[in-house]
Amino acid sequence: MNQPVPVLSVRGLTKAYHDRAVLTGVDLDVAEHQVVVLIGASGSGKSTLLRCVDLLEDVDDGQILLDGRDISDPRIDADEARQAMGMVFQSFNLFPHMTALANVALAPRVVHGSSRRDAEERGRELLSRVGLSSHADSYPDKLSGGQQQRVAIARALAYEPRLLLLDEITSALDPELVGEVLTLVGELAAAGRTIVMATHEMAFARDVADTVCFLDGGRIVESGPAAEVLTTPREDRTRQFLQRFTGGR
Amino acid sequence: MTTAALDRVAYRQSRARRSTLIALVSTVVFAAVLLVAVTSSPGWPRVRESFFNLRIGWDSLPALLEGLWLNVRVLIVCQVLILIFGLGLAAVRTLRGPVWFPLRALATGYVDLFRGLPLLICLYLVGFGLPGLRLSGLPNDPVLLGGLALVLIYSAYVAEVFRAGIESVHPSQLAAAKSLGLNHRRTMQLVVLPQATRRVTPALLNDFVALQKDCGLISVLGAVDAVRAAQIQAATTYNFTPYVVAGLLFVALAIPSARLADWAANRVATRQGAL
Repeated sequence: MNQPVPVLSVRGLTKAYHDRAVLTGVDLDVAEHQVVVLIGASGSGKSTLLRCVDLLEDVDDGQILLDGRDISDPRIDADEARQAMGMVFQSFNLFPHMTALANVALAPRVVHGSSRRDAEERGRELLSRVGLSSHADSYPDKLSGGQQQRVAIARALAYEPRLLLLDEITSALDPELVGEVLTLVGELAAAGRTIVMATHEMAFARDVADTVCFLDGGRIVESGPAAEVLTTPREDRTRQFLQRFTGGR
Repeated sequence: MTTAALDRVAYRQSRARRSTLIALVSTVVFAAVLLVAVTSSPGWPRVRESFFNLRIGWDSLPALLEGLWLNVRVLIVCQVLILIFGLGLAAVRTLRGPVWFPLRALATGYVDLFRGLPLLICLYLVGFGLPGLRLSGLPNDPVLLGGLALVLIYSAYVAEVFRAGIESVHPSQLAAAKSLGLNHRRTMQLVVLPQATRRVTPALLNDFVALQKDCGLISVLGAVDAVRAAQIQAATTYNFTPYVVAGLLFVALAIPSARLADWAANRVATRQGAL
């Protein structure tokens, strides 16, 4: 049987800010419907990896293939390539001058040519799916952090992206609000979304991830099924990280 | 309510009454001292006669109001043009790509030049220099030329205000817009500029209060605005009261704008506090 082309394929990705190397040769494959969780200490390169994949950062070397097409080639139209991916940020980054509904309906309307009515209808549908149908006309500053992040997820889903990139989306939330966002991500995973997610929520990773990758010093040190990597890691560095992590809690 | 709570309320109310009373007494004493100091000065009778002559002030009012109406019309037209040119200049300065280099450089040079040039010199150069070229089709109406000079100078200021607003939008907003697939133009139009204009509204209104009184400077070109009308009245009556009246008219015109600026600044502050 032929191996299907992975949705995302990262090959030898390197990235440095000035002289500081942040990614030093990352290889990663994400198959359709797969949930890949990136773990690792702060500064290990998780966020930079996600930002490089979404072409928010220029790549120094290596390749990023989306459905087999090299999107890291500087000659391609980056705006167009990003339309196939949805990203959710640690600090929500909702547009404060737009209502929740306008945030969600923006990309379908402006980028994907939906009519205003279709975009808003779909937006309301998505907002009700993330449990916020009654807040469609609220401005972001009137919503709690957890609600804002759920709007941000709806915004990233509004144009049916091939790949969802979640960058520590619960790190800026109060502990009691983390659950509502993670439950939503769990539902998306169960619905077959292809997701790459950077997180510090180990319990969540164990429950939802198909693959867990441990990053250290700008490369993936160890990756495998969630249960294996998180409970019986092969590498010393993974073990140390997990010990420090669980010990620190 | 418990007695302790009632006690607190009563105490706070008495403090508040006391504060109001002190403010009132202090204001009255201050005003009285000022009044006595001015009216008891040796030159006061002469000053009152030549600056605060009610009869002459009242007689000059129609001419001054007619002049002020010209100022108001110049102000409104200039405000609209300044907003358009200022925003255009700011937008040009944020264009990316080597094709736009000449435009960017031109906009930067323009802002440097007209922000540094004194308004009065600009008025003289435009008002007397342009007609001096004797080109057909060029207006030689002092109102038009004076308005042009105001637009030239104030557009440079307003462009910088807009640019500061554009740069104050956090890069994470740009990242979010990009991640949705919006191109640079759409990002500016739908995400950056709406937030930037909201933020700079108080500063813009402040600049417009300044513009309001600088409109009186077109009188140096001979336009019969409120300042020029006051000059004419003063010359015919040998009395300075028309200047005082014209000044008060400008102040009265500026007060609504100043309150509007306060209100806008306050609104932005509460909005950002809620974020």
